[in-house]
Amino acid sequence: MSYTNDLTSLSAIKAASLLKERQISSQELTLSYLERIEKTDADIGAFITVCREHAFASAAKADEAIKNNDVSPLCGIPFALKDNMCTSGIRTTCASRMLEDFIPPYDAFAARILKDQNAVLLGKTNLDEFSMGSFTENSALKKTVNPLDSKRAVGGSSGGSATAVCAREAVFSLGSDTGGSVRLPASFCGVVGMAPTYGAVSRNGLIAFASSLDRIGPITKTIKDNAFVLSEIARKDPLDPTSVGLCENDLLNNIEKGVAGMKFAIPQELFGNNVSKDIKEAMIRAVSTYEKLGASVDTVSIPSISHALSAYYVISSAEASANLSRYDGIRFGARKKGDTLEEIYQNTRSSMLGSEVKRRIMLGTFILSEGYYDQYYKKAVTVRERLKEEFKVIFSKYDALLSPIYPSSPPLCGSNTIDSESVYKNDSFTVPSSIVGLPALTLPCGKDSIGLPVGIQIIGKAFSEKKLYRIGFALESEITEACHE
Amino acid sequence: MNNTYETVIGLEIHAELSTKTKIFCSCKTDFGAPPNSQCCPVCMGMPGTLPTLNQKAVEYAVRAGLATNCEISLYSRFDRKNYFYPDLPKGYQITQYEFPICKNGYLDIDTDLGKKRIRITRIHLEEDAGKLIHDSGCGTLVDCNRCGVPLIEIVTEPDIRSSGEAEAFLRTLRSVLMFAGVSDCRMNEGSFRCDINVSVRKIGDSTLGTRSEIKNLNSFSFVTKAIEYEHKRQTELIASSGRVKRETRRFDESDGKTYSMRSKEEENDYRFFEEPDIPALILREEDIERIKKELPMLPDERMKLYLEEYRLTSDTAKVILSDISLAGFFEEAAKASKSPRTTANILVSDILSYSNEGVFSSKIQASQLAVLSDLFFTEQINSSTQKKLIKRMWEEGIDPMLTVREEDLLQINDADILSAIVDEVILENPKCVEDIRRGKTAATKTVIGKAMAKSLGKANPRIINEIVASKFKNEEKT
Repeated sequence: MSYTNDLTSLSAIKAASLLKERQISSQELTLSYLERIEKTDADIGAFITVCREHAFASAAKADEAIKNNDVSPLCGIPFALKDNMCTSGIRTTCASRMLEDFIPPYDAFAARILKDQNAVLLGKTNLDEFSMGSFTENSALKKTVNPLDSKRAVGGSSGGSATAVCAREAVFSLGSDTGGSVRLPASFCGVVGMAPTYGAVSRNGLIAFASSLDRIGPITKTIKDNAFVLSEIARKDPLDPTSVGLCENDLLNNIEKGVAGMKFAIPQELFGNNVSKDIKEAMIRAVSTYEKLGASVDTVSIPSISHALSAYYVISSAEASANLSRYDGIRFGARKKGDTLEEIYQNTRSSMLGSEVKRRIMLGTFILSEGYYDQYYKKAVTVRERLKEEFKVIFSKYDALLSPIYPSSPPLCGSNTIDSESVYKNDSFTVPSSIVGLPALTLPCGKDSIGLPVGIQIIGKAFSEKKLYRIGFALESEITEACHE
Repeated sequence: MNNTYETVIGLEIHAELSTKTKIFCSCKTDFGAPPNSQCCPVCMGMPGTLPTLNQKAVEYAVRAGLATNCEISLYSRFDRKNYFYPDLPKGYQITQYEFPICKNGYLDIDTDLGKKRIRITRIHLEEDAGKLIHDSGCGTLVDCNRCGVPLIEIVTEPDIRSSGEAEAFLRTLRSVLMFAGVSDCRMNEGSFRCDINVSVRKIGDSTLGTRSEIKNLNSFSFVTKAIEYEHKRQTELIASSGRVKRETRRFDESDGKTYSMRSKEEENDYRFFEEPDIPALILREEDIERIKKELPMLPDERMKLYLEEYRLTSDTAKVILSDISLAGFFEEAAKASKSPRTTANILVSDILSYSNEGVFSSKIQASQLAVLSDLFFTEQINSSTQKKLIKRMWEEGIDPMLTVREEDLLQINDADILSAIVDEVILENPKCVEDIRRGKTAATKTVIGKAMAKSLGKANPRIINEIVASKFKNEEKT
């Protein structure tokens, strides 16, 4: 078949149509990806677990379903899951020694949808331990490098998921985004990442980092693929009381309508002096593209954005300190011996959790302690409320906000271990939408001076995913055209 | 004991709600199931699982609030209470801290000095923890069956002044919760248990003394003993110019004393914060109205019904109201009987003597009791027949109406027949007649007894009495 050499470069939409028309089979598609993984993953380290047998079995099942004309949208398409989403019978590690051998007896809701559609799970991808980190360098189990430049960090915490898509090891992947964990690695890898509105995708079966912030989102090669995948996985789930699904699920509908007449704004707080020249230039090019396409772009101020970072670290660490209490060595996961109960707890948690995880647990525990609660946690909640109001005002005037994802090019591997405070600071661009749960999309908008992709962030009001994809598609089309010229 | 000191007591009561399933998952809540047979990834706190709130538990908590005269919060919220213990799978308990579902209620209790109002600060919803099994022979094991069983915690103001008042409050509360259908309140199964906060102060002082908290008492007598012991301990401490320490204590059933568990400084800092997995609990006025309408009749209302409509004596009514299944059984029978008062008397004086201690469970159907009660009330059978029948109904399961017919047990009310019987007895017992005429009234009873026996116990004793009396009265005149 003519596609055989090129199967791993297919978009999800193209693959779906070829599968449906039976021009390719899920089994050959799956085989191509597994071969690709075998060839390249030793160097880039996207996967913690590759489930070969499971993938072949799913592909056979998908082909059978297609033969019987029982074709769900994602039927037969090979994908990867961040290893913090539970998969029944397949180990789910959170990149932690604590859960290194943990095999859940249940599927995450999103994983379940994909399984029910006969999509093909290739494996589980690397992440910062319990998603705590921005570069996938806090994984206790695996090292992942940027497939575009192995000396550079891949971004995190969904680094494995972004890498897998970028390196053509999966048609698409799912990541989770707490403070930018889908968007940052997607942007470092030059792929498309979406953190949908909080509640759009069920968190059921997603191993919690910070419950009020965690969002599952797709990482794809194209904007349309992203809309395609999110349309399927965004469903209301009765087993996640914070889940609501989407207002409309046909996210591809009208995606090509363009941006003429739309009003965008750049928050000045996210375009300050700390943004590098390369990033600024790429942003300015994107802005002029949008203006050329008939949209207007203003500069606005959202004052509370400057407090968002602190609020984010307070809330996320507080919630994490409680969410991670269950890893006590009693019922599941690793256990270290001790003579007393106290010792079992101490030995297990000290040795099986990594230092960044312990740092955040201690931070969260401190923040919630008697006498400090009002000073930290309560204040952070106030910032969150205020930011919500400020965004509301902005979105009554504008269709979307534009900003960088990260202030500079991807840092060199291993350069992020010295000073956590300055590392945390770089999350400034992604956390404002996180703490208020607004949808935020990233796509490549150009290249920096060393030839690596620069991601732009497009933030919308709650449940405006459809509009964000339309805005993203307009830019993507222009850039793709420019590349072909 | 130093009588110039008064005891000040506040109670925190935990009651398990009678929902069929747990508060955050669909596991069953049956008591006594084999260890870890009623749990799932959610109540075992497995990674990635989320709580979904059981609406029935919410409804029961609202019922409890309505039954205890509380304000029901239209907005309430869940929080996490953080601490490590092997019976707490998530490492935190989901509870309500800042915004409880009910607040500002009260219950009136009977005391020697009349009614007394005990204020209720709040009622909140939370999940129970599991159980540790220490005596398994292979170390300590965890049983997660109880993890996630819905609880309400009821907190009173420090309005209670004696062990007697504490017990009266607990009994009243227990009865209210049981009749509201909120909890079965079985103390021996731990579904109704209480912590007590006790302090002492000089009578007349307005500030509270330093309190100790005694944890987890599961019988009325332990509560009484613990309070009395604490009163003694604390007053003696003060008398010997010592100071009461703020601490948590446990009660030892074997010697009736309390022992220190931990001081205030050693207490956990629970680091409460908003539970992000469960959205705020918003109730609408109409939800509360509906629950109010569906609220079963409470003990006070039932007492009124028993006294005013059913005409029971207050003692009989109290006995029946002491047990919800007994009350339910009585009400079913009462509805079908001509005289609920007669039914109540048979129930209390006869049936209760056959039933075991503990929760009432009848071997007789309520409708059968009503039939028997009516037979007696309408004088179709006499009291000795009634007593014999009830015994056989309980023991052999006989049908009262059928047996009365088959064995011809109907009472003889015909005065002519009874008069003839009495005449026969008089003829057969000249000595008795002689005695009566000499004024020995005891002999009258002998005549009546013999007449009853001659009727095979079926004679209406009232009519026999009248006949005998009139026969000798007539004789005097002649």
